[in-house]
Amino acid sequence: MRREDGVETSTISGIPVDPVYTAEATRDLPDELPGEFPYTRGIHKSGYRGRLWTMRQFSGFATARETNARYHYLLKNGQTGLSVAFDMPTLMGQDSDAPTSRGEIGHCGVAIDSLADMETLLDGIPLDKVTTSMTINSPAAILLAMYLVVAEKQGVPWTQVGGTLQNDILKEYIAQKEYIFPPQPSMRLVIDSIEFCAREVPRWNTVSISGYHIREAGSTAAQELAFTLADGFAYVDACLERGMQIDEFAPRLSFFFDAHIDFFEEIAKFRAARRIWARHMRERYGAQNPRSLQLRFHTQTAGVSLTAQQPELNIARTAVEALAAVLGGTQSLHTNAMDEVLALPTDKSARIALRTQQMLAYESGAANTVDPLGGSYFMESLTKRMEEEAEAYFERISEYGGVIRAIEAGFFQKEIADASFRYQTELEHKRRVIVGVNDFVTDDEEPIEILRISPQAEQEQVDRVREVRRKRDQARCTRALESLRKAAQSPDENLMPHIVEAVRAYATEGEIMGTMVDVFGLYTERAII
Amino acid sequence: MSAVQAKPLRIVLAKVGLDGHDRGVKVVARALRDAGFEVIYTGLRQTPAMVVEAALQEDAQVIGLSLHSGAHMTLFPAVIEELKKRQAGDITVFGGGIIPDDDIAELKKLGVAEIFTPGAPLEEIVTWLRKRFPDG
Repeated sequence: MRREDGVETSTISGIPVDPVYTAEATRDLPDELPGEFPYTRGIHKSGYRGRLWTMRQFSGFATARETNARYHYLLKNGQTGLSVAFDMPTLMGQDSDAPTSRGEIGHCGVAIDSLADMETLLDGIPLDKVTTSMTINSPAAILLAMYLVVAEKQGVPWTQVGGTLQNDILKEYIAQKEYIFPPQPSMRLVIDSIEFCAREVPRWNTVSISGYHIREAGSTAAQELAFTLADGFAYVDACLERGMQIDEFAPRLSFFFDAHIDFFEEIAKFRAARRIWARHMRERYGAQNPRSLQLRFHTQTAGVSLTAQQPELNIARTAVEALAAVLGGTQSLHTNAMDEVLALPTDKSARIALRTQQMLAYESGAANTVDPLGGSYFMESLTKRMEEEAEAYFERISEYGGVIRAIEAGFFQKEIADASFRYQTELEHKRRVIVGVNDFVTDDEEPIEILRISPQAEQEQVDRVREVRRKRDQARCTRALESLRKAAQSPDENLMPHIVEAVRAYATEGEIMGTMVDVFGLYTERAII
Repeated sequence: MSAVQAKPLRIVLAKVGLDGHDRGVKVVARALRDAGFEVIYTGLRQTPAMVVEAALQEDAQVIGLSLHSGAHMTLFPAVIEELKKRQAGDITVFGGGIIPDDDIAELKKLGVAEIFTPGAPLEEIVTWLRKRFPDG
């Protein structure tokens, strides 16, 4: 369906939208309160009145020293939690002096090669008071181990350490493609870290099951919802298979969603996510602890919705998306800076992004009532539709024999590529409009200031990792890596204690990953266009 | 128009660098294929040497590079260098991704024929290729 000017009236994901909704849409709707099962309306009775969402801005660039200074600046300005962005070599488990790290060091985030860098990154930051989120996946266990060893050196017991590890390997095969090992050994490592933390680091959120990257890769809202929750169920199944009890690990699983530009569809997605998770956890898995049933999530506004043309408009886009996340009941939020379509944010653009959240929290009134759209004919109808589409996808995934089989068959990758091409075609034909891009364009744009990473950072980091290798107790390091190799070869052994020991001995990230690659092998995907 | 149909233009599309953001390159691959070009997509994490090798193997006239990690000032020129080393400087190189304006000017000086940034219509890429290769 189109409007008179030719623009689509369906949601950005293609869900048909009626011109008007009536009481018909809510006739069978049970009376539900926030804080009650199935938590469609939110996990807390008092919403944001009890506590606002956490404003957690993701940052990291250049070397550990420069990023540490940024963290101290942020903490001094009232931020209470950190969120670490790593550079590409760190995310891909390789050291800064590897040949393929050239040109990549410190560009997308901070470079961390060994415990020495983590000590610098967290210098002067009290790990019993500050919680930290680390966005890393394939080498997640190593970065967690580094964090824990720094805590140990600060004299902070692991039972007092809190934070979040993304550690969601399944979506890497589906969307972000930062995989290293094949799916099976990767899953083993994730479950090892969940089991280890349940015992030793009880305040740690072990996996942040992420739809963000699935959406940014071009999926629809319903695909993001369905594939993410399916990944969540896959982790639950794997933990149960390991012999853990559902209520022992489920409260520490959390989620991470995108907030795209289609306002109502996004709110419906967040509401449906809570409802589906609660129902499956209780009915399918028999979870009893309310915290196992309550889907908690972090949101980031949609990087993919930002435009390089007239970049200042991105401030307005981000505000709309952030409002959707707030009305959808997010626990924490990152708002993108207007220049992230060009480079890492400058101090000024990062500040505007944070101030946007503060405006929503303190000026707009959006935080005063819980689930303000609950009961709306349109919202309830869209929420139900989201739930139905997700359930239909769960059926299709189980026909493949589960998430890993569906990944190997290219199912998710194909679904996402199709959706992304469909959307791009709609743009080309102006059935969708992006202001400043395919309509309302300007010829006389003024360039904006952007952040530059100095080339010296690269050489500095390369020298540093070489120095660490020179100075460490080599015999201890070799022993630790050898014991990790043996453990990797015996499938019943938890790898975490071995990784922690290798980290203590200043083995580098690349060496620890390399040891595991020797045993597990590398994964390559068939490229699907 | 000549009676003999010209062979379609052969294009190698590659993701260089370590990032896995492949939405853009996949959309471009489909659009170029639909426009009648022959498209070979190499997949992720290709080194400059691998890209040039693929282009020579596939007898491609054009290489399209995609990169979102910020390493374009190192890796795009490295592809151009590698082409020169292999006596294949006649292969046209274009690119796309998150690339600031100042870098675009610099890359063009170094021999990259064109850069398309986020939001560039697919039609613009097709038109550019047709203009540059009227027989393809």
